[in-house]
Amino acid sequence: MTALPHGTSPAAAATAAAAAAPASTDDDDALLTLDDVVKHFPIRRGVVIKSEVGQVRAVDGVSLTVRRGETLGLVGETGCGKSTLARCMTRLYPLTSGRITFDGRDISRLSPRAMRPYRRQMQMIFQDPYGSLNPHRRIGSIIGDPFAIHGVADGPERKRKVQELMELVGLNPEHFNRFPSDFSGGQRQRIGVARALALRPKLIVCDEPVSALDVSIQAQIINLLQTLQSELGLTYVFIAHDLSVVEHVSDRVAVMYLGKIVEIAERAALYGTPRHPYTAALLSAASVADPDRAAVRQRIVLHGDVPSPIDPPSGCRFHPRCPKAQEICSRVQPDLVPVLADLPTHVTACHFPMADGEKLGTAPVEPADDRPPGTGVW
Amino acid sequence: MLRFLIRRTLTGLLVIWLISVVVFAIFFIAPPNVAFLLLGKFQASNQQLVEQVTAQLGLNKPIPVQYWDFLVRLLHGNLGYSYYSHEAVTTLIGRALPVTASLAIGAAVIWVVSGVLIGVLSATHPRSIRDRLATLFALTGLSFPTFVLGLILLFFLFYKLHLAGIDWFPGSGYIPLTQDPWQWFLHLILPWVTLAVASMAVYVRLARGQMLEVLGDDYIRTARAKGLSETRVTFRHALRAALVPIVTQFGIDVATLLGGAIVTEQVFGLNGLGALSVSSVVNQDEPVIIAIVLLAAVFVVVANILVDILYAVLDPRVRLE
Amino acid sequence: MCGVFILFLVLVAVFADPLSHLIGWGPTQQDRATGTTADGLPVGPGRIHLLGADQLGRDVLVRLIYGARVSLVVGVSAAVAAVLIGVIIGLCAGFLGPAVDSVLARLMDVVLAFPFLLFAIALVTVVGPSEPLEIAVIAFFSWAAVGRIVRGQTLAIREREYVEAARSLGAGNLRIMVVDVLPNLIAPVLVYVTLLIPISIVFEATLSFLGVGIIPPTPSWGNMLDDAQQGGLYQVAWWFLTFPAAALVLTTLAFNLLGDSVRDALDPRTERLFAK
Repeated sequence: MTALPHGTSPAAAATAAAAAAPASTDDDDALLTLDDVVKHFPIRRGVVIKSEVGQVRAVDGVSLTVRRGETLGLVGETGCGKSTLARCMTRLYPLTSGRITFDGRDISRLSPRAMRPYRRQMQMIFQDPYGSLNPHRRIGSIIGDPFAIHGVADGPERKRKVQELMELVGLNPEHFNRFPSDFSGGQRQRIGVARALALRPKLIVCDEPVSALDVSIQAQIINLLQTLQSELGLTYVFIAHDLSVVEHVSDRVAVMYLGKIVEIAERAALYGTPRHPYTAALLSAASVADPDRAAVRQRIVLHGDVPSPIDPPSGCRFHPRCPKAQEICSRVQPDLVPVLADLPTHVTACHFPMADGEKLGTAPVEPADDRPPGTGVW
Repeated sequence: MLRFLIRRTLTGLLVIWLISVVVFAIFFIAPPNVAFLLLGKFQASNQQLVEQVTAQLGLNKPIPVQYWDFLVRLLHGNLGYSYYSHEAVTTLIGRALPVTASLAIGAAVIWVVSGVLIGVLSATHPRSIRDRLATLFALTGLSFPTFVLGLILLFFLFYKLHLAGIDWFPGSGYIPLTQDPWQWFLHLILPWVTLAVASMAVYVRLARGQMLEVLGDDYIRTARAKGLSETRVTFRHALRAALVPIVTQFGIDVATLLGGAIVTEQVFGLNGLGALSVSSVVNQDEPVIIAIVLLAAVFVVVANILVDILYAVLDPRVRLE
Repeated sequence: MCGVFILFLVLVAVFADPLSHLIGWGPTQQDRATGTTADGLPVGPGRIHLLGADQLGRDVLVRLIYGARVSLVVGVSAAVAAVLIGVIIGLCAGFLGPAVDSVLARLMDVVLAFPFLLFAIALVTVVGPSEPLEIAVIAFFSWAAVGRIVRGQTLAIREREYVEAARSLGAGNLRIMVVDVLPNLIAPVLVYVTLLIPISIVFEATLSFLGVGIIPPTPSWGNMLDDAQQGGLYQVAWWFLTFPAAALVLTTLAFNLLGDSVRDALDPRTERLFAK
């Protein structure tokens, strides 16, 4: 279960019962639930009185559920709104509208002060291991920040706890007094992980935690995150644009395009039988490690650029670039509904979801670096 | 662009208005004894006369009303009359303005042109003798208070030369440009240099630093690779990019210009706005002070708007919004 | 080198009293017998007055020593006060969002657009000159430049990921401003302090020179130069112009050099080297 479908289309009606059953169980299983979350950034202009002339619709109606103990992967191209969504989940941004339920309580309208107890339970790991650590502070004090902010531990006790954390994430506790500049990218990301773990949160939102790292280091950090998950029973939201990383870590995967979720499924289902043409196109462009699979794969070349989130296309946002688009796609916005009645966990927002084994307006495989420049594969 | 100009003009007016309030407030906190100033020592003992004068000037009204009257007069272009010399403030300022304008504009031209030129020339040959001399000059210039420099120039270039029988530089006074351009020029050389040196030093350093940074950029290498002459690379390609912070600095310096003019005029005995402001402050000549402060504020605000426009001309990436 | 000079200056200022005892003249003591010649002109440098005397027969060296005290006290305290105000207001303007920012930024514009020397003269004339007032006036017209730069830096730092990280940990505005933003400002602020000191010293001397600073007979370098200019006295008594001018120029030069080396030591480029 995942999506909370709202609004009914003919296709949805048939499967509504199946979808609603798991979705409505607002049970203990759900740690974080987003319900039609919207984040628009206003574009202001004006001489004395600022008037709003437009909005960047960074996140435009996202509903999803994160279950306890799972890893939910969130993929999408740069600029699709993943990071904004992450910051909405953790209430770093105020919501334009929508509802966020964390551990059974509505946190979507809490003031920063009222949010503080919840901040102990949800943490973030940031993309840039250089930017997310203050270069002017010692790492002991950085990792100790959560204790200081929440008044948990002081003096020698705090130091002991910080050193335990450092050991836990594979850092030398002796390096307590060093500055971030003394560490490599991977070690810095370990510092970020330690800081996020300090207060033993239930949920950690990882915003592209490895995309700034070398590939060899990426594996170390991912393994660390996975070990910590099993040891501490953590729940992750794992955001990335690298599909293979997401495939490796996630239990379920959500695909985002222009501020909307277009498909959510169990990992195997999403990677095996993508239902949304966009997901299929994304997967076809990903580098494949296995040469046999690489040889037979078909690459789908999308035409045109990603439209602007200031003025997104009508109907299905993907329709101007979609090889399967028909007239209805430009008119009616599809709902996120199960494709098959007997598989309610695989939902997609498409009027014409792909059938098993369907090939999509394909292009012959070319060597990756031979791509004509500027055709806008993405 | 128009939108930008409107906004800047409005905020500029706001700034000027705030300044007028502050200046007014100072005299509210410690009002000068105007009747005494106007009537002189003997008549000031005549209580009836004092009250009559006070009423005439509206000084018995509440301060906000006085301020309002002042604003209304201001909008009619009437800045009032000096308590001290009884002349119209506009006349006084009209007489002093050409002196200060000659001084300030000439000095500004000297410091910008030579400052930037020296900075550029030292940046093209970093660590050469030329560069070291320029740095030395900049640091020394920066450390010379305007009035000290003025006194020293007076001492050597006027007094010592005068003793030696050479009268190249007049020691004081102002000859209007319309009367005798050559004498105007001669009389202003020393004041110009005095006012310009400290600012020039700032520009030398700024231009040098900026040029050094820009000259390391890839597009400069590209320009050289295209086979452009070094002069063209330096002045057409690099300098243009380096000018932006220099223009910013100029916007800041405009505000300090009147301060420098006050000191310079004091040293060289020029009867410009600076001298007028000092004497009116000493005489507690409120209408004159307010007028000069407002004039200076208008000048600063207008100059800053011009600087912002100049930005957009120099750097196409800057959009005036 | 410049550090040595500044240290020397500080020592001289601190031990002004014993030094003047040693020299044998007080700062305002008029030596009518040997300080001026028969026709009332000050005597030049010699055995009785090492650096000469002024028009009232006061010892120039002793007055220079006391003048150093004035310059340092006014210069340093005004610079420190200006930087404190500038940092606090700049930090608030840059960090607390557009509403606070527009008010504070406008305030800085007003202060920067003020013809400050004129205003300082007006204020001092109205209120009456005194050393604390002089410090206040100098600080009041210097903070806005610091504030503007701090605001710019804060605006940039505010967008850094580590500030977001602190927010996600639940840190409040005050904590982020003090713990995360302020340390980044230490380097530029140190540079401003060292560069503002010579500016404040010159400002003080200028006010005293114009007769609205330190009240005579208390000596300051500025009013000594004013005395020298009165009636063209420096034309007959060169020491009267030269020594205070040299003291002033050397002091500002030393502080400028110090500021320069502080800037070199804390160059933002070194930070970039660390960070990338």
